[in-house]
Amino acid sequence: MTAKTLYDKIWDAHVISEDADGTSLLYIDRHLVHEVTSPQAFEGLRAAGRKVHAPDKTIAVPDHNVPTTLDRVDGVVKNEESRIQLDALDKNAKEFGLHYYPVNDVRQGVVHIIGPEQGWTLPGMTIVCGDSHTATHGAFGSLAHGIGTSEVEHVLATQTLIQAKSKNMKVEITGKLPAGVTAKDITMTVIGLTGTAGGTGYVIEYCGEAIRDLSMEGRMTVCNMAIEGGARAGLIAPDEKTFEYVKGRPHAPKGGQWEMAMESWKNLFSDEGAHFDKVLTIKAEDIAPAVTWGTSPEDVLPITGTVPSPEDFEGGKVDAVKRSLEYMGLTAGMKLTDIEIDTVFVGSCTNGRIEDIRAVADIVKGKKVKEGMRAIIVPGSGLVRAQAEEEGIAEILEDAGFEWRLAGCSMCLAMNPDKLDAGERCAATTNRNFEGRQGRGGRTHLVSPAMAAAAALTGHLTDVRDL
Amino acid sequence: MEKFDKVTGVAAPMPLINIDTDMIIPKLFLKTIKRSGLGKNLFDEMRYNEDGSEIPDFVLNQPAYRNAEIIVAGDNFGCGSSREHAPWALLDFGIRVVISTSFADIFFNNCFKNGILPIVLPQEDVDKLMDDAGRGANAMLTVDLENQVITGPDGGKIEFTVDAFKKHCLLNGLDDIGLTMQKSDAIDAFETQYGAAAPWV
Repeated sequence: MTAKTLYDKIWDAHVISEDADGTSLLYIDRHLVHEVTSPQAFEGLRAAGRKVHAPDKTIAVPDHNVPTTLDRVDGVVKNEESRIQLDALDKNAKEFGLHYYPVNDVRQGVVHIIGPEQGWTLPGMTIVCGDSHTATHGAFGSLAHGIGTSEVEHVLATQTLIQAKSKNMKVEITGKLPAGVTAKDITMTVIGLTGTAGGTGYVIEYCGEAIRDLSMEGRMTVCNMAIEGGARAGLIAPDEKTFEYVKGRPHAPKGGQWEMAMESWKNLFSDEGAHFDKVLTIKAEDIAPAVTWGTSPEDVLPITGTVPSPEDFEGGKVDAVKRSLEYMGLTAGMKLTDIEIDTVFVGSCTNGRIEDIRAVADIVKGKKVKEGMRAIIVPGSGLVRAQAEEEGIAEILEDAGFEWRLAGCSMCLAMNPDKLDAGERCAATTNRNFEGRQGRGGRTHLVSPAMAAAAALTGHLTDVRDL
Repeated sequence: MEKFDKVTGVAAPMPLINIDTDMIIPKLFLKTIKRSGLGKNLFDEMRYNEDGSEIPDFVLNQPAYRNAEIIVAGDNFGCGSSREHAPWALLDFGIRVVISTSFADIFFNNCFKNGILPIVLPQEDVDKLMDDAGRGANAMLTVDLENQVITGPDGGKIEFTVDAFKKHCLLNGLDDIGLTMQKSDAIDAFETQYGAAAPWV
């Protein structure tokens, strides 16, 4: 039998039909839906008189637009357009009979955080969502990727997707991570090496000792940013940690079905000798706490570095770097640790899980956020928030001067009222540092939760290992 | 979906690499529940000052390019989010073709669902077309999907490749949901067999 990669195995198990040119019809196991990319899809269904093919496999939650301030429990959504979009999701979810977590349900949260939390995300599945960070779910050994609204409509109507198969890429992180270095630093370092188009046309499987050593939360952080490297999806083969995480979750299989599922899941790995079209190997010991200096997620350096000069690059990147440095208000040669910041944002589908919030609390415990700084922490779900409160972490964060918010996407993409003003500079645990991403004219430096916490204490980008 | 056959129009040069979906359509315009009307906010932060006045240097604000139907762009156009608002905004402005050395995966797929043809060409061909586009309204390009060829203002021809199924859908303006629903027997059969093997799904 031909040796198969993990991606090959999941793909093959979901192909309904294949045309001569390789275009395939793929069955979709889970469809996650949020308020921003779905209203036009539901409108399309209605206009064509179509139904949702598998409402029991479709999960809806509002996250992008929702306010994260405490007044939202009173139903306050000041922005009229946001309110209309939230109302539309509410109406669509109810009318089409989807699984639905409304704004004030404690299980509400960022779609990619609640999928795994509720046990919707299971190994070996195909999972799609009208959101590029669907790659997150690959941490469970499921093939998960973002789709556009037309494809959302296609999946709603048919529970399938027309796809051409991607190529296989392996990213291996060997050895043990040094102290102070986290999953976020791994995934950012990889993008720094491959570039934002390095993964285009591929599905990446992450493997190696450093990946095995990560918690499920850390693995989700790694896969989450596969899309920033251009890949269709990121994958990590499931293991005991994965099964342990999944077991007992509300929608995970129980009893005999659990045994049956485990039988199937234990085959979810790349066979010895399986062919990868591209391989990248990195030693964990060479990875340092990472930070972005520019306006593309590939603009990554170790925190010990200095701001590069356009002349350090070639081709189209020269002009892109000139533009980035001007936008970011940075000059070539300055030390990254000299970059002063005024805002810290902790949250998002990249780093809004309990482990991320614990990492911040560990560093700021008994200390104070630097005077004049705005520091916001937005848990990824209502349940993460509740757990942090139960563990006493929320109190530590509030004592240190963090605003402790309700769950949502918040300042990761600034569709809700949380945003940067022009010229403001933020250390963010998010995934994109594009121009205007966190607000027009706002400047974003992507970092790990530990690095964000360090910056909150000092007021400038800081090597967490020096604290 | 509008059929795509042949487009002859002005090409706007946008040599910047990594033009992302936040640049193409910033998030504040994603609050709409419609597909139409986004053209006026295409490239909003590059195109307008905060007071709403136009930034004269921006290519689509220049007289020669205000009616552009083609964009010739730097590497990795459309990277970032899955928002289909990006092709909706391009289409609403009047753009039917984007040419680059590479595109982000989701954006590339989204274009085909909306009657926009994204064309991948080698660097030297993109450089040549970027030069042509720099000549403004006098430099019309013709993109012929049926024959998979771009004709430049000097009559020079550049061939391009396109996925056969996507080409078929674009040429005929086909809604692929309808096509998939014709396979509903196969989908039902798959669900039955798969549901028995993996009842937890």
